[in-house]
Amino acid sequence: MAATVADTKASMAYAEVNYLNEPKGLKSWLLTLDHKRIGLMYFFAIMTMFFLGGIFALLVRLELFTPKQDFFGADTYNKFFTLHGAIMVFLFIIPSIPAALGNIILPLQLGAKDVAFPRLNLASWYVYVTGALFAIYSMVTNAVDTGWTFYAPYSTTTNTAVISMTMAVFILGFSSIFTGLNFLVTIHKLRAPGMTWFKMPLFVWGLYATALIQVLATPVLAITVVLLMLERGLGIGIFDPAMGGDPVLFQHFFWFYSHPAVYIMILPGMAIISELITAFSRKQMFGYKFVGFSSLAIALTGFMVWGHHMFTSGQSELSAVIFSFITFLVGIPSGIKIFNWLATMYRGSITLQTPMLWAFAFLFLFTIGGLTGIFLGAISLDIHLHDTYFVVAHFHYVMMGGTVMALMGGIHYWWPKIWGRMYNEKLARFSVFFVFVGFNVTFFTQFILGTRGMPRRYYQYLEQYQTLHEISTVGSWLLLLGFAIMAFYLIHSIFKGKVAGNNPWGALTLEWTTSSPPPAHNFERQPIAVNGPYDFDKVAAEITYEGTPGFGETVVAKKETTEVKH
Amino acid sequence: MSKESSQHGHHHVLPLSTYLGVASALLILTAITVWVAQFHFGEWNLVVAMIVAATKAILVALIFMHLLYDNKLYLVVFASSVLFLAAFIIITMFDTLRRDDIYEFLEKPIHSNAAMYQVDSTKTAAGMDSLKTMMPADSTAK
Repeated sequence: MAATVADTKASMAYAEVNYLNEPKGLKSWLLTLDHKRIGLMYFFAIMTMFFLGGIFALLVRLELFTPKQDFFGADTYNKFFTLHGAIMVFLFIIPSIPAALGNIILPLQLGAKDVAFPRLNLASWYVYVTGALFAIYSMVTNAVDTGWTFYAPYSTTTNTAVISMTMAVFILGFSSIFTGLNFLVTIHKLRAPGMTWFKMPLFVWGLYATALIQVLATPVLAITVVLLMLERGLGIGIFDPAMGGDPVLFQHFFWFYSHPAVYIMILPGMAIISELITAFSRKQMFGYKFVGFSSLAIALTGFMVWGHHMFTSGQSELSAVIFSFITFLVGIPSGIKIFNWLATMYRGSITLQTPMLWAFAFLFLFTIGGLTGIFLGAISLDIHLHDTYFVVAHFHYVMMGGTVMALMGGIHYWWPKIWGRMYNEKLARFSVFFVFVGFNVTFFTQFILGTRGMPRRYYQYLEQYQTLHEISTVGSWLLLLGFAIMAFYLIHSIFKGKVAGNNPWGALTLEWTTSSPPPAHNFERQPIAVNGPYDFDKVAAEITYEGTPGFGETVVAKKETTEVKH
Repeated sequence: MSKESSQHGHHHVLPLSTYLGVASALLILTAITVWVAQFHFGEWNLVVAMIVAATKAILVALIFMHLLYDNKLYLVVFASSVLFLAAFIIITMFDTLRRDDIYEFLEKPIHSNAAMYQVDSTKTAAGMDSLKTMMPADSTAK
């Protein structure tokens, strides 16, 4: 079914009337019910927080350049690493992929006009902003110094602004629940005709598993911080042993949410990677059902492993053994995903465009992060490595090497759909290079620091660690450079980028069938899912991408002549 | 009893006898709770009480709240939330009920024929006492 020349031209054009410019005015944005606009507002809010959290990270690394006190004292250092952690976890990484990219892309991929509850969606953004304001209030008054985990009894006794920060966490949790609930109902009810559960794109599967965790686990975080506030504000003894409480119980409460929250962070990342790997390998997903169900398996086993954060907390030996065993089980579905991605690429027609480079960065870094998680899940080794830089390096490899790389891949993949314009491919590759190298320089050294006994959260250290700390700090500057380049070319592309066309990557999921940027209601006509999302072998796709400006190579435009077989 | 759809506006109507039957079952279970309170099962007190209470809750949720007749998805959602609560409490109890296991090694000699126990029986007893005072309060209570 060869497309006509007119169709092809239309698909290469910039949609003049789109959700970005119709309707106009600030009020139309602030009161919008359009999932794409809400997603974009989330995107800007989250990137602001990423910037803020990144500044704190750079300051922490700067102080650690030498073993002595350089720029600020111990108390300020404690506040800075706490703010880095709390901002990055609660304000950036948890909402990042679901609330920003998920909001924009999920209804498009399902062939729906919007999410199931557009008003709830808008409310969730305002709830998020309210939470962010509470967090900023805590920051400017007397910033918390407890670490992002708020462990009792320290958090009930320190004189810093714990209540406003935990209140922020409480409020942000509701934003997360609203988004999760909205996605669950949207996926159940608003799929396009013909889109059965096993014809859904894997990004949708990943968001479904994430939404389940958001809805089931987040209330426990709310309960935890409320108990903490009750103890701190009213002196009710729950966690503080001086008042008859149990401090290990706080850790049970906290990690019952916060471990599944790790999967709220990583599952959407994995979901993006599934999209990128198939789209740039031009191949059907190897083991589609296994990849889809492994998301659910990770979500469910993720609920049973929280105690592996507590091996040295004084919990019973019995629990430690049980938690260690179940922790190893999480490796199975994660391994299924990694091997299926690799098998998808095998004999695929791989193009190394920017999103795929991010996917490679993810595969490499997440595998290191995941495998070092197995080290830490082994109790005997964890006793040695607990609270060292090894742990810091491990979770940065998972969270930043995993989720952030996937987020960047997703941003670069859907950028032409969101803005209708293409970024500078050459600069984008520089950005991938500096972020990837900078990341490894920053964090691989921390594995070595950790195994040699450098404890986390110390602002002064023995001189023997100085060289490795210096290398790590220089790495953080490379990371800064990489992200600065990215900010430049992405902002530039919004105004001056080359028009991208409807389907610059030649992918087959439904969001690429509408114009770029999409109209306010997503599709001119109700799309129908005839084929699966990755049926590259079945569909005679009119692949029209011509490489990307600035890189100096032109990818040969493919024109397959086979008819679509129905 | 007709199998009506659970769409909006079509409420499933149950016969009065079902309501009365469930109500009397709930009353009987309440009576059992009162009656069983006179027996002491030790650690099993909790289990017995929970079985009776859970049966009542299930009856109310399934019949009075119509979960049995509604879209089965809602039943799955409801049941899974209960399961997750149970998982949280039960797995936490693996810790709280067994936490003093860690100190067990203090309560008995690791090598009962070690030299320190051979020297002088009075001295050894004193040594064990001092060890016991080092133990946490709840451990000595056991």
